[in-house]
Amino acid sequence: MRIAGKGQGAGAKPVNFTFNGRHLMGRAGETLAAALLANDIHLVARSFKYHRPRGILTAGSEEPNALVTLGAGPVQDPNQRATTQELYEGLEARSQNCWPSVEHDVMAVNNLAAPFLGAGFYYKTFMWPAAFWEKLYEPMIRRAAGLGALSGLADTDRYEKAYGFCDLLVVGAGPAGVMAALTAGRAGADVLLLEEDIRLGGRLLAEEEEIDGKPAQIWLQEAEVELQQLDNVRIMRRTAVTGVYDHGTYGALERVGHHLPRQHSLKGSQRPRECFWRIVAKHCILAAGAIERPVAFRNNDRPGIMMAGAVRAYLNRWGVTPGERVTLFANNDDAHRTARDLVAAGVHLAAVIDSRHDAPDSDLYPVMKGAQVCNTSGSKRLESITVRSVRGEERIQSDCLAMSGGWNPSLHLTCHLNARPSWRRELLAFVPQTGAVPGMRAVGACNGSFSTHAALSEGAAAAVAVLAELGLGAIAAVHLPEAEDQPYRIAPLWAVPGKGRAWLDFQNDVTVKDVTQAADENFRSVEHMKRYTTQGMATDQGKNSNVAALAVLADVTGRSIPETGTTTFRPPFVPVAIGAMGAGAADQGFKPQRFVPSHVVAEERGASQVEVGLWYRAAYFPKPGETNWRQACDREIMSVRQSVGVCDVSTLGKIDIQGPDAAKLLDFVYTNTFSTLRQGRVRYGLMLREDGFVMDDGTCARLGDTHYVMTTTTAAAGEVMAHLEFITQVLHPEWDLRLTSVTEHWAQFAIAGPKSRALLNDLLDQPLTPGDWPFMACGAVTLGGIKGRLFRISFSGEEAYELALPACYGDSLFRTLLERAEALGGGAYGMEALNVLRIEKGFVTHAEINGTVTAQDLGMQGMMSQKKDFIGKAMAQRPGLMAPDRMQLVGLKPIGAVQELSAGAHLFDPEAPVERIQDQGYVTSVGFSPLLGHMIALGFLKQGAARIGDEIRLVDHMRGIDALCQVVEPVFFDPEGERMRG
Amino acid sequence: MRIHCPLCGARDRREFSYKGAALVRPLAAAEPEAWHAYVNLRENPAGPLAELWYHEMGCGSWLQVTRDTVNHSVLEVVLARDTALGAGA
Amino acid sequence: MRFSGWRVLKEGLTGNRGWGPQWRDPEPKREYDVVIIGGGGHGLATAYYLAAEHGITNIAVLEKGYLGGGNVGRNTTIVRANYYLPGNSEFYSHSLRLWEGLEQELNYNAMMSQRGMINLFHNDGQRDAIVRRGNAIINQGDDAELLDRDAVRRLVPYLNFDNNRFPIMGGLLQRRAGTARHDAVAWGFARGADMRGVDLIQNCEVTGIDVEGGRVTGVQTARGPIRAKKVALAAAGRSSQVAALAGLTLPIESHVLQAFVTEGIKPLVDHVVTFAEGHLYISQSDKGGLVFGSYLDFYSSYAARGNLPMVEHTMETCLAMVPAISKARLLRSWGGIMDMTPDGSPIIDHSPIAGLYLNCGWCYGGFKATPGSGNAYAHLIATDRPHGPAAKFRLDRFSTGHGLMDEEGTGAQHNLH
Repeated sequence: MRIAGKGQGAGAKPVNFTFNGRHLMGRAGETLAAALLANDIHLVARSFKYHRPRGILTAGSEEPNALVTLGAGPVQDPNQRATTQELYEGLEARSQNCWPSVEHDVMAVNNLAAPFLGAGFYYKTFMWPAAFWEKLYEPMIRRAAGLGALSGLADTDRYEKAYGFCDLLVVGAGPAGVMAALTAGRAGADVLLLEEDIRLGGRLLAEEEEIDGKPAQIWLQEAEVELQQLDNVRIMRRTAVTGVYDHGTYGALERVGHHLPRQHSLKGSQRPRECFWRIVAKHCILAAGAIERPVAFRNNDRPGIMMAGAVRAYLNRWGVTPGERVTLFANNDDAHRTARDLVAAGVHLAAVIDSRHDAPDSDLYPVMKGAQVCNTSGSKRLESITVRSVRGEERIQSDCLAMSGGWNPSLHLTCHLNARPSWRRELLAFVPQTGAVPGMRAVGACNGSFSTHAALSEGAAAAVAVLAELGLGAIAAVHLPEAEDQPYRIAPLWAVPGKGRAWLDFQNDVTVKDVTQAADENFRSVEHMKRYTTQGMATDQGKNSNVAALAVLADVTGRSIPETGTTTFRPPFVPVAIGAMGAGAADQGFKPQRFVPSHVVAEERGASQVEVGLWYRAAYFPKPGETNWRQACDREIMSVRQSVGVCDVSTLGKIDIQGPDAAKLLDFVYTNTFSTLRQGRVRYGLMLREDGFVMDDGTCARLGDTHYVMTTTTAAAGEVMAHLEFITQVLHPEWDLRLTSVTEHWAQFAIAGPKSRALLNDLLDQPLTPGDWPFMACGAVTLGGIKGRLFRISFSGEEAYELALPACYGDSLFRTLLERAEALGGGAYGMEALNVLRIEKGFVTHAEINGTVTAQDLGMQGMMSQKKDFIGKAMAQRPGLMAPDRMQLVGLKPIGAVQELSAGAHLFDPEAPVERIQDQGYVTSVGFSPLLGHMIALGFLKQGAARIGDEIRLVDHMRGIDALCQVVEPVFFDPEGERMRG
Repeated sequence: MRIHCPLCGARDRREFSYKGAALVRPLAAAEPEAWHAYVNLRENPAGPLAELWYHEMGCGSWLQVTRDTVNHSVLEVVLARDTALGAGA
Repeated sequence: MRFSGWRVLKEGLTGNRGWGPQWRDPEPKREYDVVIIGGGGHGLATAYYLAAEHGITNIAVLEKGYLGGGNVGRNTTIVRANYYLPGNSEFYSHSLRLWEGLEQELNYNAMMSQRGMINLFHNDGQRDAIVRRGNAIINQGDDAELLDRDAVRRLVPYLNFDNNRFPIMGGLLQRRAGTARHDAVAWGFARGADMRGVDLIQNCEVTGIDVEGGRVTGVQTARGPIRAKKVALAAAGRSSQVAALAGLTLPIESHVLQAFVTEGIKPLVDHVVTFAEGHLYISQSDKGGLVFGSYLDFYSSYAARGNLPMVEHTMETCLAMVPAISKARLLRSWGGIMDMTPDGSPIIDHSPIAGLYLNCGWCYGGFKATPGSGNAYAHLIATDRPHGPAAKFRLDRFSTGHGLMDEEGTGAQHNLH
């Protein structure tokens, strides 16, 4: 109910919204919770396990009860806190975890079964008969899972990520944070002030008090104006710090568009719905305030039972009273402010119950001292409370009970780097450990200093200390505004003794009994209790309930609270949408896209694209009339074998190596020798990891006396570059050489086939002189005056060349090459043809160099130089890597009318059973050879080199292939290499 | 996590890749045990550890970083080329 | 006390007051036949199987914190048997079979849920690797099915099939894979061991390992010395430190692996789904939270917490694969300390010291191994002979090079997994 003239939003414009389909009106700038209370709506949600009616408990992001679903379709947003969601025109909210409605929820039947659903009940039951678990019990449990629902559709909202840097990060803009920001800002520090709320002020927004002799709201406004005028201070509202990470790194979530009508944060709109910030701060002042904690008593979970501080917030900030006959139950002085403010606002205060015998008196209302609320009634809204005192029990009509068990400093962020908080007996609360996070200082309520004066003075003092460390010291005396400085008086009250269920964790339905039972069953460690009962595992992560649950556990186990310990606070402080932390990765944004120089031409020609790492490469180039990829592939293969084919190989890693010691590096990184390579020649090289297994292969060309260019496989380009840098910087810093990755600088095309030389001679400025360009030659060429490089190397077994020009000429060169090739009866070929061509020749790729093979496995033991040290040499000599029974590379060809061979199939002796212990090897690569007219394969076979000519059975259960093969040498075509040398 | 590259200044962890403990590579002729120790065995201390990082997305320097594995505090960063890890190589 | 339907009913009707402790908190004795260092999943399972299958009950499990407080309580709860290399293949197969009978064996509902796991692939190379894996699984006697894109879409229609940087080409389905309630696994083994007379001793850090003449004789603890005929290390995450107490250096680096859970949402993800391009594995718990993880943070750490780059990478991978969970909100993130071996596979073996046994190096995969590891380790400790399915988890494979198990093919040296 609204109170005329009350609240800071009085006069704000009206806003229409709906709740569970009802059309309602609220005010601009207020939260959904405030608007619901203003409309006398108290039943908002259902609890997780027992589906008990739930109302609004708090006025902040710690809210465990009033979680609602907003919107529908792709932007449907479950589990939004009504207490932080700002109203906007047209907002649609509805209750969740209830069916058919929040008023009448069928699953409330669970509440009746509660005696059987206590702590740990799952673990003791649902086991008989065994088969029923998967078929009946688990599906049943699963159907009840969760709170709100996602739409199942791809989110259409826009999200962003950003970086921020500052000298001083101030977390929280209550009196402590504002004072810290003012002090540091005035001295010129680069300050970032983050506030989770819409407005600066923190608790001051909810209180009626004075600062510097004027209403706190006026002081706040003046402070805000001053902060805004300081260029070196940035204020971020609606922004919560979510996590603390190493070395001054903080995560923060800015809710940019939650307060705007839905269309304003969709993809393509001006602003995102949320922005996730990565902030790097030299210093941090934590001024996060405190969270009030409930008291456990029988039926303390009914709608209408709220935190005392929240009642004050609704009353003072939004001019709303949550009830017409309000009662108060507390164990501390602070809560009495609620009584005072209610009376001042003219709300009927039915009773003030204080558990302390020495509770303060008031002129405005009577105080029931040494009394406790021991029960409540009312099904969907509080109707009455039962108070137990020396006079016995009495029932008091009340539709709102404001409760307070004291305040817990919001020290969560100080624990994110594993520090544990310390217990302060006089506060009955945990406070942050000094130095818990390097560079962070906790001030004000989050440091256990609850008065406004203490907040202001600690905020200022911390800022002065930070300024000194920043070298911005020499601050003139800070003017400290006058403010209330009441002592914080509290007496222990965690759970009111008595029968029935007294809730600790409202959302997860964890009661005092559950904690007691857990302790009885020897789940006495606080972590065991948490995990056994699910206490503190709800969406508020125990912000409301953990300390009380701990106190109950301490009590039943006869230990003190500090002895009992705490569970660990983990990031994030407030839940963060995956969409925000992963912003940018949806759709094509997950990884960069790399395109080859011929990409546009390939697209124009309708080539099918495949991803190779981050690259896109053409798989094949279809021609009119071809109905499947195999036809295109076969044609491309035959054109290479019979005339000339052109293929973009620019993705191969290219590393330029120059310097007097370049050859030393190559000798050290390759198993074979490169210092003996002549200028103008190319050599194939094999490199190992230090563990002795093959890391990569490729060619390396010597372009000059001290100049080499190394080629790596596409996949290993980055890894090899890091490896070379490691050798030259860490192992051999004395070597004089430089490495440059030039992968992107050159467009490189393979020109392969018997007519390749004819094509080139027609194209190059100078035709190739026959004697100067033998197999494995390389050198400079010019093409239309453009300087390029030519390498006579072959991955197809044909006479072949790779021509490289600066990447900017790639598109033009590829077009020209295709035109010439087609004129000669050839054309472009893609990855599919390339793959078959190399299988026919037994050349390996990373399908064979799969990380677990040795040079010997590949039949390349001859490339392991005996004369020099190289990376991996020592470990390659381990007996297990030299063992004769290892699997070795072989070729496989089908016997009889076999149609299919498949990669990934395993190999067995024809007579042996198909089971693991009989496994003889596996197939790595297959292709259809149009030349041979059948499938061919490469694979690894135990002692394969010695089994050439044997029959072997290839079994692929996955694809239903079972084929008899003959083991052959891993080369199917031109074994002597005459064609490529010719 | 941030690492202070001697050439570039303090940079975010995502600019760096990690190699692990900074160890001296054995001589080519060293016993198999020495190679086993170099490649496989690790002291793996819970505390300060000298390790190798590569400023892959920055200047390309290999760094020797002394870092506490318990609280992640970085105690020292030097260019790896100024160490003697290649003594054996 | 045995759990039964009758018992649940009776306790429910009488206020759940009669359950009694699920395990005792005994004072440590001065001597045991076997001392197990580490009261996590593997240590507790080892104690259970020593008692249940080998009749050895004079055992202490020494835990420096609380039972199940290590990685068994901080993982993504996935259970599977889809390895393909000899050694791993038979071991995880054996472990999965033990999982399937675990509830009845322990009389404790660990909520093993065989909801099926789908490993997605995105290109020909990944497909062939997954086919090789699938065939190995069948050859081992376990289940695997190759799914094409349409079949994947029928099972998990909420994935990104329309505009994916790495389009989904298909998947490998293992129907018997799934998840279990991780804490309950530890508790079930703890209760089972305790019922058979094993002493579970919490808050009892081991500070020394006593070795005389090359043979282990006992341990020093925060609660005094304890003599033992055999000492078994099961302290993943701290293996190097514990081994160092006996002067051993292990082929292990400790790394932090983060895991994540969202707020509870109504069931959407019914299977375990993995995404090869970004290394994501995700499932939804019976409470409604999406549980998922990705890579290691990739630096040595004992901090049990991670940093933002891998957090963000994981969320990015979620969005790329399952854009429908964009509005699920991350509720909690945490880190576990992984024993990383050079080849990414574990060690269950004798140590060079007589009577001292090693169980370590579980890398990413310790949870699903829990029953198999306990079973095999118990066999080794009881008989001094390796247990068949775990016989290849040898310590000396790194020095000899025989039987290295590099499932990912990224290399048999540190920091590549």
